Amino acid sequence: MGGARRPPLARFGSWLGVLPFFLFSGMFLIAPAVILAYRSLEGPDGTLTLDNYRALTTNTVIAAYSMSIRISLTTAVIGGLIGFFLAWAVSMGGLPRPFRSGLTTFSGVASNFAGVPLAAAFIFTLGRVGVLTALFELIGVDLYGGGFTIYSYWGLSLVYLFFQIPLMVLVMLPALDGLKQDWREAAENLGATPGQYWRRVALPVLLPSILGTMILLFGNAFGAHATAYALTGGLLPLATLLIGQQISGDVLNNPGLGYAVAMGMVFIMGLSIVLYSILQRRSERWLG
Amino acid sequence: MSGFLSLHGIRKEFDGVVAVETFDLDVEPGEFVSFLGPSGCGKTTTLRMVAGFEQPTAGTIRLAGKDVTYAKANERNIGMVFQSYALFPNMTVADNIAFGLRVRKEEGSARSDRVSELLDLIHLPDKAKSYPNELSGGQQQRVALARALAIRPQLLLLDEPLSALDAKIRDDLRAEIRRIQRQLNITTIYVTHDQEEALALSDRVVVMSKGRMEQVGEPFEIYNNPATGFVASFVGQLNRLPVTVEDPALGRIRLGRYELRTTSMIEAPAGAGLSLMMRPEEITLDDAEENVLEGIVETVTFLGSIVRVQIAVEEGKLIADLFNERLLELPEAGDSTQISFPPHACWVMA
Ligand SMILES: Nc1ncnc2c1ncn2[C@@H]1O[C@H](COP(=O)(O)OP(=O)(O)OP(=O)(O)O)[C@@H](O)[C@H]1O
Ligand SMILES: [Mg+2]
Repeated sequence: MGGARRPPLARFGSWLGVLPFFLFSGMFLIAPAVILAYRSLEGPDGTLTLDNYRALTTNTVIAAYSMSIRISLTTAVIGGLIGFFLAWAVSMGGLPRPFRSGLTTFSGVASNFAGVPLAAAFIFTLGRVGVLTALFELIGVDLYGGGFTIYSYWGLSLVYLFFQIPLMVLVMLPALDGLKQDWREAAENLGATPGQYWRRVALPVLLPSILGTMILLFGNAFGAHATAYALTGGLLPLATLLIGQQISGDVLNNPGLGYAVAMGMVFIMGLSIVLYSILQRRSERWLG
Repeated sequence: MSGFLSLHGIRKEFDGVVAVETFDLDVEPGEFVSFLGPSGCGKTTTLRMVAGFEQPTAGTIRLAGKDVTYAKANERNIGMVFQSYALFPNMTVADNIAFGLRVRKEEGSARSDRVSELLDLIHLPDKAKSYPNELSGGQQQRVALARALAIRPQLLLLDEPLSALDAKIRDDLRAEIRRIQRQLNITTIYVTHDQEEALALSDRVVVMSKGRMEQVGEPFEIYNNPATGFVASFVGQLNRLPVTVEDPALGRIRLGRYELRTTSMIEAPAGAGLSLMMRPEEITLDDAEENVLEGIVETVTFLGSIVRVQIAVEEGKLIADLFNERLLELPEAGDSTQISFPPHACWVMA
């Protein structure tokens, strides 16, 4: 087909449509990243240097990254599993219909519940003098005596799970709906038990979305700052908290290092986004 | 009499609403039987009871001498082909076909032999490593057929397998299904709402309406001797004119000012009002000894080998299908014409 060329104006018109996208990403994504990259290469005296990046290998920084990664992995995996089973229970586990709409509504709200209000809610309920802590004491369970505290690794994980699980539910529900009834019946018809169907068909088909969403959860926890800060102050060494301390803290103050730590986080986030989009593409092909 | 597959007194209700009732059918080994009927008449429900996806509210299903009414679907050894193909998207064509053998723990080499045998049968030997989303609809449905046949099922069930395909592919695959069915001599039930499909494929057709069997018979018989008015009008085109009986014994009936005659039985007394029915292909635009009406041509539709003419007569409208080659000249809208049909080609019904 040797079609006629489109007139220049039409070509320009088709570019016009994507202009807002480029403006938006330029303003809110690319410009900040460039500034960030530049600042991370700046020494305290304003000269260009790689010192900030060298400082990334110091113990404090490595500890912060490691803590951030571990807590993000923990809450992504645990939140992902619990969220998946909840979504499964309301979509095909035979729970009555109202459960599903109830869970969806709750998840919509809870997955956006973060920062100071979330931390406060947990301090009031599970803090040292929280309502639930007191209730547990009444029935003879001494949480804090038993070594638990919400101002710890597992405490913060618990708080993160409060938005991780709902987020998983919200993303998995449509994926589970994408499983065709015909697939299950075809498998059954060919002699498969329900277990064989899940192992050979349903789980492999869902796996890209399960893994992809867990990566999403990882990123969600990895980038969280306000919740952790409000809950633990600076007690837990997290990468996001470290950045805050370096850039605007009064004790430690080395903005260049802060920006370099941030660049490291951008890199890790970038990796997760790439992985996520690969998995997402596969899952769309199967479940779309 | 009891067949290879026998459905006896089958009834199915969903929350008290009847979907299928008094369904009795015996299918012989190697027979190809179609369930034909309009949407919602219970074809799929009946097929799903045979497959084991639904349990009858009442009645029994026997397969090869065994009562399978309440047997689990995964223990029936029945192959099923779905309208949506239902291929597993995460598996290659070969793995899809091998699925039933794999869950049966069949040994690897026997399994791959069987897979290539089936790929040859469906004429797709070079698609073994493709994924379902890389195939056309027709190819996917062939693979679904191979997958169902791989387990050497006692019975093959197909639920509108062609309705998602284009007309051309539909015709090819229809012939293909029949060829494979004959080659394997596998007992088959085929669900369709397309009467042409049912007539072309089947040894016998079960015509259904509103959850009931209207008629069971060979395609020729269903078409030429429809048992009920529903069958007559659902299978093929049908002309209907209001008549009154004059002499049941002689087959004499009256249509307005015309006196007509039929050789088929009239089970009604003189004076009863009935419908006179005839197929469009039985009508000619010639003069004849008897059963001659006068009318005006309304539309003429050229359909290739036949020409469909709609004619207004005193008591209604008639459709006549005329063979292209026999027409000296095409009738035109507005022409007045004579219409006739032989007494043996028309019948009366309530
Ligand atoms: N799971 C179900 N729950 C309730 N009613 C059902 C169910 N399955 C089928 N029905 C009802 O039973 C009747 C028969 O449905 P069925 O699917 O067997 O029709 P069909 O002949 O296959 O129609 P189609 O040509 O549209 O596929 C319909 O009235 C349908 O609404
Ligand atoms: Mg149906």
